[in-house]
Amino acid sequence: MSDALIEVCGASKTFDGIDAVRDVSFSVARGETVGLLGANGAGKTTTVSMLLGLLLPSAGSVRMLGEDMARHRHRVLGRVNFSSPYVDLPRRLTVIQNLTFFARLYGVPDPRGRVRRLAEQLELGEFLRRRSGHLSAGQKTRVSLAKALINDPEVLLLDEPTASLDPDSADWMRGYLMRYQARRGCAILLASHNMAEVERLCDTVLIMQRGRIVARGAPPELVARYGRETLEQVFLDIARRRPTDAGPAAAEEAAQ
Amino acid sequence: MTAAAETPAGGGSPAMRVGAMVLRHVFLMRSSWPRIFELMYWPTIQMILWGFITTFLMTNSSYVAQATGILISAVLLWDVLFRGQLGFSLSFLEEIFSRNLANLAVSPLRPAEFLLSLTTMSLIRTVIGVLPAAGLAIVFYHVSIFDLGLPLVAFFSILLVMGWAIGMMVCALILRVGLGAENVAWLAIFLIAPVSAIYYPVATLPPWLQPLSWALPTAPVFEGMRAILHDGVVRTDLMLDAIALDAVYLAVGATLFLYSFHVARRRGLLLQVGE
Repeated sequence: MSDALIEVCGASKTFDGIDAVRDVSFSVARGETVGLLGANGAGKTTTVSMLLGLLLPSAGSVRMLGEDMARHRHRVLGRVNFSSPYVDLPRRLTVIQNLTFFARLYGVPDPRGRVRRLAEQLELGEFLRRRSGHLSAGQKTRVSLAKALINDPEVLLLDEPTASLDPDSADWMRGYLMRYQARRGCAILLASHNMAEVERLCDTVLIMQRGRIVARGAPPELVARYGRETLEQVFLDIARRRPTDAGPAAAEEAAQ
Repeated sequence: MTAAAETPAGGGSPAMRVGAMVLRHVFLMRSSWPRIFELMYWPTIQMILWGFITTFLMTNSSYVAQATGILISAVLLWDVLFRGQLGFSLSFLEEIFSRNLANLAVSPLRPAEFLLSLTTMSLIRTVIGVLPAAGLAIVFYHVSIFDLGLPLVAFFSILLVMGWAIGMMVCALILRVGLGAENVAWLAIFLIAPVSAIYYPVATLPPWLQPLSWALPTAPVFEGMRAILHDGVVRTDLMLDAIALDAVYLAVGATLFLYSFHVARRRGLLLQVGE
């Protein structure tokens, strides 16, 4: 039996005849962190939305924790969570009200205790009673992560988890995520533009371009394959390269 | 060239800026038919509603003397329907305004549970809104809606459920076309006001409009209310009609809402509906 908590098989999404994501396949095993990279419009958000069941794939399948997300997503959503800068928490509620609300929504036992522990771990104490709409961008990012961890998820989807954090806070947050994963053994899919973050956190990296995965592998492996020194240089090589006649799928195949 | 004749380097003229603003709103309206519809809505509905009231009062002068209690009770019951629908729709809109819909959609909350939470919020909002008004009616006019007795519970429930059904239809529309349909939440209920027999009997309506009135659960409720207050008769037949019609509208509303939710997932609207 596969240990993959996320399994995407030939997933595609078409909007009005335009392919936003084409024939994407990958998996994320228990305890693994996979980074999803790509320029704006490459298809990262569409892919993450399909994983969460916010979008139904036009073709292919998405399975999470062994369940088909198109049909039975409610069986597993209580064990999954996500954070995205594109989704807010109710702005008129205080941080503690929001976290309590989500703790109850996810059926967390002892919601007060869970919120208190997360507030301590993520250092939310000083603004716990402030309205979410009045937080700074960095504070919002931390609260958003607290919401994503409220149910102690087995699968965690993170879109730009350290966006708007200062370098010190971002470094602390990455360390926290690594400790969390080591303790929980969860599968993490991380969409980010921060290459240093991806290199530090991810076991495997998927680079998307025009809706397709055009490169994949461990960060050092990709760096070696492209003959570069950093992942950022690899990313720029891919992003600036004109598509070949054979298309990006062939590029990935050739690279492998 | 004189300085006065020179065109300013940036910003353009006031006329150009005003024209740009007008154009911006024309673009907005053109992209959303509900906004255009709203412009015509209020004047038309108000004219129709008060036209029927005037016709009724002119031809039923003996009714007017004892009409105060009936009219106030009608106003209060109408408010149950209005607040019920608005409470449902606004609770839904609040999730969109705060960009929280995606959080809910990926939580374990099922669409049917979401509906249930909205109906609960609607009930709470309605009670908070209507109860003080009912108390004030006793203080100011010596009219107590509670004189209706037990049938009041049935009337309240039937109207509240109809409010939910309309709320579900409104939310389904918002899910499909976006926040351009936001104002429908405020206006939808008044579409059925003229044919709901709130302040006048169904018989006041033109014969061709009466079947439409009887096809709504509101007409049997308000006719039943008048039967109690005016004639002292409890019309269980009307109540049963209203309950049956309620069930149909609720089923239609829930189906439309759930279908729109499914379509939103297919088209990716759940992340975009608040924008």
